[in-house]
Amino acid sequence: MSSDPKAPLGLRIAATGGLLLLHLPLLLIVVYAFTTEEKSFQFPPPGFTTKWFGIAWSERPDIWPPLFLSLKVAAIATCLALVLGTFAAAGLSRARFFGRETVSLLFVLPIALPGIITGISLRSAFDIMGLDFSTWTIVLGHATFCIVVVYNNAIARFRRLGGNLIEASMDLGANGLQTLYYVVLPQIGTALLAGGMLAFALSFDEVIVTTFTAGQQSTLPIWMLSELIRPRQRPVTNVVAVFVIVTTMVPILLAYYLTREGEHTGGSSK
Amino acid sequence: MSTRAAAGRQGGVGEAISDVFFARPGLLTLLLLLPPLLWIGVVYIGSLIALLLQSFYSLDDFSGLVVHDFTLSTYGQLLEEANVGIIVRTVAMSALVTLACALIAFPIAYYAARYAKGWKKALFYLAVMMPLWSSYLVKVYAWKLILAKEGILTWIASGLGMTWLLEGLLALPVIGGPSLSFSYIGTFLVFVYVWIPYMILPIQAALERVPANLIEASADLGAEPSQTFWHVIYPLALPGIVAGSIFTFSLTLGDYIIPQIVGNSRLMIGQAVYTLQGTAGNIPLAAAFTVVPMVIMGFYLWMAKRMGAFDVL
Repeated sequence: MSSDPKAPLGLRIAATGGLLLLHLPLLLIVVYAFTTEEKSFQFPPPGFTTKWFGIAWSERPDIWPPLFLSLKVAAIATCLALVLGTFAAAGLSRARFFGRETVSLLFVLPIALPGIITGISLRSAFDIMGLDFSTWTIVLGHATFCIVVVYNNAIARFRRLGGNLIEASMDLGANGLQTLYYVVLPQIGTALLAGGMLAFALSFDEVIVTTFTAGQQSTLPIWMLSELIRPRQRPVTNVVAVFVIVTTMVPILLAYYLTREGEHTGGSSK
Repeated sequence: MSTRAAAGRQGGVGEAISDVFFARPGLLTLLLLLPPLLWIGVVYIGSLIALLLQSFYSLDDFSGLVVHDFTLSTYGQLLEEANVGIIVRTVAMSALVTLACALIAFPIAYYAARYAKGWKKALFYLAVMMPLWSSYLVKVYAWKLILAKEGILTWIASGLGMTWLLEGLLALPVIGGPSLSFSYIGTFLVFVYVWIPYMILPIQAALERVPANLIEASADLGAEPSQTFWHVIYPLALPGIVAGSIFTFSLTLGDYIIPQIVGNSRLMIGQAVYTLQGTAGNIPLAAAFTVVPMVIMGFYLWMAKRMGAFDVL
């Protein structure tokens, strides 16, 4: 942007320092996954061991069902959100009707209002309808806030795409379905993939809404929350935390890779 | 592209459908919008209404059952001293957290928007995205480790010979406590840490749109760098700050996990709602409590929209 690229020293320190502070706590968890101290959070750790990884793998069967439930919920919620979010973005990007702003606000509402409101409303609705807690009650909540993530990614791409290519395709004699298949889908594919991955990461990690919609079931975040409140083997929780950090990192990096041109880096290409 | 000729032969139904949509573009828009609108309308808005209705019921003090008669008495209970305390405490915490997030996020966003280029820019972006998307609970847990009495902060303080400072902080009334992980200072630190990325991204988006020649023009016209900052950059960055504050404010307002894990025993709105609907079984009061953040956020969103904050979301 500017012809003078050298930042003032104070700004460089504040910016770099701030970013480092964002990452040090996560690194600390990795350190604690290797500690020999089981009962407290003593720092520096009295010794280092890799045994907790083995214990988490083979001696804690209570980890697996929550993990599988989380994966299942995230997969279903992501699929639902992909369909609904894309429809919403496609519809709104074409629409020029009165109240369009209100509709777009409606889609953003589930993340603009605190999660606890979503949670308790869903729960009271389940109560009123006499619905029993199941995987589907969790999915219902997750899909609701995952729609926004897909919607945001898709609408950004639709805006950039504009209508020209679609018109050109029609002018060249393609019908609507062909235009959809050969022109629109290839253009928005990566944005949908990115949105889907972010939705998956969001659902996999969600705890606030889930505590209201899960009943007695346990997803991985709920398992972790109960370990935080009543710790059993603290280092095992650290091992699971490290696992969660790594598994959420992959979709985020992929999502970034898929959408790296244009949408996020905004003015940099000018 | 060459495959299109082959696909063109399917004709029939496909042609007919696309003809209908071509003739009536509004119909396609409607069909596209209907499923997501139904979902949000029925599942989300429907549940919200169900909740709001419950806030007009009341709890019978003797039987502990919900009385399904319209009353405003539950809202009246919100005005009891203990409940007002909860609301004031939560709003104050949200405001302070938002302020701190803005102060820390601004230099990062400013550097990323104006000075970082090429791979550095990508690195900055990823460095913000990773903590933003990494697990909320893992982040909270990390701070449980940091703030523990036997943890790294105490260790650093004693290494620097500053244990007196830490003890002095903890001895303070209201915000202090037996250890950092059982004090408001701790709760505040965790909130700030967890929400900072939500503040950085919109500020950066707003700053990206400030044309460089605007800043040069300001300098050419004889403005000091600080004048340029306050009169040119800051007003243009403000929508970004407001957009970020929507997240930091709203998220703090409704959170019940962070104050439960790191904090003292005084409740915040989220915790009050959680315990009221759970063990206490007082859904009406819990519902009335949730109206507080709804009203605050409704007002906040309205203000934000007026300030143009939605353009940078």
